[in-house]
Amino acid sequence: MRNICFYFQIHQPIRLDRYRFFDIGQKHFYYDEFQTEERIRNAVEQSYLTANRTISEMIKSSNGKFKCSFSISGITIELLEQYAPEVIDSFKELSKTGCVEFLAEPFAHSLASVFDGAEFERQVKMHSDKIELLFGKRPTSFYNTELIYSDEIGEMISKMGYKSTIVDEAKHVLGWKSPNFIYKHAYNPKLKLFVRNSKLSDDLAFRFQNMSLTAEKFIQWISEFPADEKIINLAMGYEVFGVTQPAYTGIFDFLKALPYHAMEHQIGFVLPTDYAKKTEAVDSLSVPYPTSWVGNDKDLTPWLGNDLQQEVSKKLYNESTRVNLSKDKPLLNDWLCLQSSDHFRYMSHKDAYGTNYETAYDAFMNYMNVFSDFLERLDTQFPSTIENEELTELVTTINNQEKEIEKLENEIKKLKAKKAK
Amino acid sequence: MKALMFGWEFPPHILGGLGTASYGLTKGMSLQPDMEITFVIPKPHGDEDQSFLKIIGACNVPVVWKENNWDYVNHRIGKVMHPDEYFWLRNGINYNFNRIHTNDLGCIDFSGRYPDNLIEEIANYEAVASVLAHQVDFDIIHSHDWLTYPAGVFAKQISGKPLVIHVHATDFDRSRGQVNPTVYGIEKRGMDMADHIMTVSELTRQIVIEKYHQHPNKVTTVHNAVEPLPDVESFTKTERKDKVVCFLGRITMQKGPEYFVEAAARVLQKTKGVRFVMAGSGDMMHAMIDLASKRGISDKFHFTGFLKGRQVNEMLAESDVYIMPSVSEPFGISPLEAMQVGTPSIISKQSGCAEILTHAIKTDYWDIDAMADAIYAIVKYPAMYKSLRELGRDEVNNIKWYDAGLKVRVIYDSVL
Repeated sequence: MRNICFYFQIHQPIRLDRYRFFDIGQKHFYYDEFQTEERIRNAVEQSYLTANRTISEMIKSSNGKFKCSFSISGITIELLEQYAPEVIDSFKELSKTGCVEFLAEPFAHSLASVFDGAEFERQVKMHSDKIELLFGKRPTSFYNTELIYSDEIGEMISKMGYKSTIVDEAKHVLGWKSPNFIYKHAYNPKLKLFVRNSKLSDDLAFRFQNMSLTAEKFIQWISEFPADEKIINLAMGYEVFGVTQPAYTGIFDFLKALPYHAMEHQIGFVLPTDYAKKTEAVDSLSVPYPTSWVGNDKDLTPWLGNDLQQEVSKKLYNESTRVNLSKDKPLLNDWLCLQSSDHFRYMSHKDAYGTNYETAYDAFMNYMNVFSDFLERLDTQFPSTIENEELTELVTTINNQEKEIEKLENEIKKLKAKKAK
Repeated sequence: MKALMFGWEFPPHILGGLGTASYGLTKGMSLQPDMEITFVIPKPHGDEDQSFLKIIGACNVPVVWKENNWDYVNHRIGKVMHPDEYFWLRNGINYNFNRIHTNDLGCIDFSGRYPDNLIEEIANYEAVASVLAHQVDFDIIHSHDWLTYPAGVFAKQISGKPLVIHVHATDFDRSRGQVNPTVYGIEKRGMDMADHIMTVSELTRQIVIEKYHQHPNKVTTVHNAVEPLPDVESFTKTERKDKVVCFLGRITMQKGPEYFVEAAARVLQKTKGVRFVMAGSGDMMHAMIDLASKRGISDKFHFTGFLKGRQVNEMLAESDVYIMPSVSEPFGISPLEAMQVGTPSIISKQSGCAEILTHAIKTDYWDIDAMADAIYAIVKYPAMYKSLRELGRDEVNNIKWYDAGLKVRVIYDSVL
């Protein structure tokens, strides 16, 4: 039997406020709450709520045959908790049906997987903790930021205990291979790889209206694949439903009609973890250089393609060790927000998708001013004049000082008691 | 295709951007194999580059018939014009211009600058145009800027050949809205009489449409380009302790120098190791010196006075940032020149060149905060400087006069 596996990605960035260089050292709140709220409310009203309701109906009417998975960034979960808790509730409802799976991803929707393994692990753990707290189940499949994947990243994912992840259909990786099979990591067979069918996913996400796509036609295409191609992975942003493809295009009716037509052709729906567990990989995929799901080249150039982006990423991840010594909550929170891949995307000259800046330079200036202030704050806690190793030792000493004092006090007591005798 | 062009300036003796643009455009157009250009200017100095076009000096064109022998003419103007040409042009005198003061050759003495009796010089230029229109062989008339519109219009009336005019600036740009009615009259009449109008930017095109009431179909934008510097490698940047931010141009109301001073004051409040240079001269220079001392930044704010020729490029190349906060700039070629030598530029959104540049920082001219922020970013963040320098240079090197020339050619063909 052929199966469809849906991945819906949800991420809304926290927008930075206009931050001039004379604000450095003066103002430590960096965000444009108005814009952030407006964007998230917009997405909630036009997309998330209706889409969740539609999916819930589909699960009910198909007797649990329809299944799909979600990857929601940690930052977005926090935003939803703040601005639209009803969406969280509706996801909890969905979660109870047992027909949806929540995937793990880096908390801040960051590029940490490319630069900083330790930071990556920290964020993934943070995210999984959060998902477990909300939905009662720890994720077992992984969905990296912008589907960034390489052998090295795969190894980290597997080490953290995730059983499968998804990569995009990059021509230079797959060659003649079809995306409609299960693959495995180049040298670590424990990690199963799903491959996003980029043509069908993009047909739905970006070309739905122009192609006047119908559920019947879509399922027909899927049914026409060679018989041994068993799994069709469709991954897209969740806001495709209602924002990218507005409700009037009939996208929700399309979604609703899918299970019916799928059943007609004996096509089922699966969740990544279940399917990975019971299916053997046909081959391994070797990905020496990171790939992503954007553009024709499917590489990292939208985030790290020019000098501006490279400078920022270098500067940012240089500080990772120092920042993580800190216990200062606001600082740690800013650290996460500043890592969102969106900020990097806005600095692209060619592909600044979703930007609120006029030019890449604008985005860079604003970000660097914010980051300079962040560094000043960090410096007051952990001076950059001291080497990181030394800092770590000092911090350990400080952290242990209470224990030390306690120990010494006990000793004094003992001695006093002795003396008294 | 033979074009008769009326201009006012031509390098190397130039006073503003008009001469540079005239040179670049004609040079770019001369690459079209069937293009023949005759370029008229009021007063050539004899050292103009005539390898790709023919220059006629209006001050050597007789407008009143005077009897002179060949040797005398050769002695007088042989350096810049062949005597035979003088006699040939003399046959084109059809009207009586005795009212105009002429010299012993029957020619008018033009200053070729922007004198107080500019309106009179413009009218005299018309007289010269009449002689040329009768005698020179051409298919189309092309007038550069308002000073030459009357000449172009007269030539059109005499020859019946189509007239295109090239708007390098309007009086609305020069005066921040306080237009001189005489100048406006000359501009308006030139535009009304023209068969087609070319503007150097979309910004200027809108002014021409809205303020001069021209039909949009008659107005086309042909952006300027920049002539590649042959010796670009010879301009180098000396290592200095302090970063240099420079403003270069006439220190007049149109160029917005006061915004530069204010932005400098903002930057200096917060940062050390940056110096500001205001190069050029103009009627607001003293006011700017006062303003700089009032803000208490005179020790970091320097004036160079008027720069010319090589000095201009040297100044640009030595700077870390070039800034043009013009209140209204029809095109503004100097940021392109700065980018050519690898200097990052900050330009106002109210300048025409902002329409074609990506790798330059654009701010509103009044937004001194944004300007200060951009200056700070370029001097403090190396990636910013590097990107703007390298990508900016590549960008500018791809803006070619040849392409601008092709657009002009399309317009010529459409009115013929």
